[in-house]
Amino acid sequence: MQSEFRDRVLVAKVAAEIREWSRGAEVRIMHVCGTHEWTITHAGIREMIPESIKVVAGPGCPVCVTPGGEIDAVSELSLRKGVTVTTFGDLLRVPGNTTSLSEAKASGGDVKVVYSVADSIKMAKENPRRNIVHFSIGFETTAPMTAIEIVRGVPPNFSVFASHKLIPPAMEFLLTSGAKLDGFICPGHVSTIIGVKPYRALADKYGKPMVISGFEPLDVMLGILNIVRQVAEGTHRADNEYKRAVRDSGNEAAVEAMDRAFEVRDAHWRGIGIIKSSGMGLRSQYGGHDAAVKFRMKGAYQDRMPKGCGCGEVLLGNMAPKECPLFGIECKPEHPVGPCMVSAEGTCAIVYKFKRI
Amino acid sequence: MAEVDIGGIRREASLALVADRGIAVGDYVLVHTGYAITKVDEEEAMSILDAWKQVMAAEKEIQL
Repeated sequence: MQSEFRDRVLVAKVAAEIREWSRGAEVRIMHVCGTHEWTITHAGIREMIPESIKVVAGPGCPVCVTPGGEIDAVSELSLRKGVTVTTFGDLLRVPGNTTSLSEAKASGGDVKVVYSVADSIKMAKENPRRNIVHFSIGFETTAPMTAIEIVRGVPPNFSVFASHKLIPPAMEFLLTSGAKLDGFICPGHVSTIIGVKPYRALADKYGKPMVISGFEPLDVMLGILNIVRQVAEGTHRADNEYKRAVRDSGNEAAVEAMDRAFEVRDAHWRGIGIIKSSGMGLRSQYGGHDAAVKFRMKGAYQDRMPKGCGCGEVLLGNMAPKECPLFGIECKPEHPVGPCMVSAEGTCAIVYKFKRI
Repeated sequence: MAEVDIGGIRREASLALVADRGIAVGDYVLVHTGYAITKVDEEEAMSILDAWKQVMAAEKEIQL
């Protein structure tokens, strides 16, 4: 089934449709998902569509938008006696403002990479005398896992440093930023959780087509075609082109778990700044499992991008990776300067790997 | 918990977030950080592919 969504003949057919509908008009489309960027770059989708259609990457990499100050604070926490920090592998090498989790580990901090929050909880059960702190980052795709575990009950020595972010408020921020944007390819995995409704509200309010797409080349091409066609016809619907995985109502159980565990707060997006109501923090009744409360962390974390790093502009879609003066010279996956070159979902890392754009 | 086959690799995945979806042995699920987040509907997938194949077949006939 999956392989048919990579069928070159079908993809070429959709490319021809896109060309026909575009009629040479300038259309700027943004996606907000690292996996979409991977497909677009890997399949060479930008080369298949007319030059007048620009597909740019937005802030779709959770690791990239985690503020440097938070990385510093959790790194310092890992050096405290009796504390073990768990995190996803991608975050380990991301430079904070002054340090990184891997540097903290090298200087004696207890940092462990986990595949899932469940691994971290298991570690807490097996080590009742240690404080296990899970650095919980990610969008609506990762927040429900932490949420459902917290709601169901976790050991007293388990806590989370929650740095979860919400995608629709970031899209709204971009729609009001003044940048030319004719439509969004909406993230497939996030959409399995939140469904179509949040995009419908944005499409109506800002008059832009928003299309949920899957991750095979044909999925992305169908998303582009839908948007190009809507621009030509002057419509602005929120459509679901990923019906095989995304129900219009999303995953209600996951949304309910998030609502119970988290409250919506303003959040700092690295290289971008504060976006109103775009983050989630643990509700006060779960304060005993909130690392920020438990370890009296100071909060209001500052953020700095490394000197000369264009990651902030790359995350906003204002700069292509190769336009950054550091790209491929000082900044490479082996020695990344900024977060966009570290994560497998970072635009710079993906583009560098395939030497495109 | 369920056992999932990811491209030939077997591992465990939690069904906690899809408990209401009636997941059965043999179903396709989308797994994210160790948790199934949705069921993949094969029929829906085939219907999209079939629609495009029909468009192409019709065009081919016209060309002939």
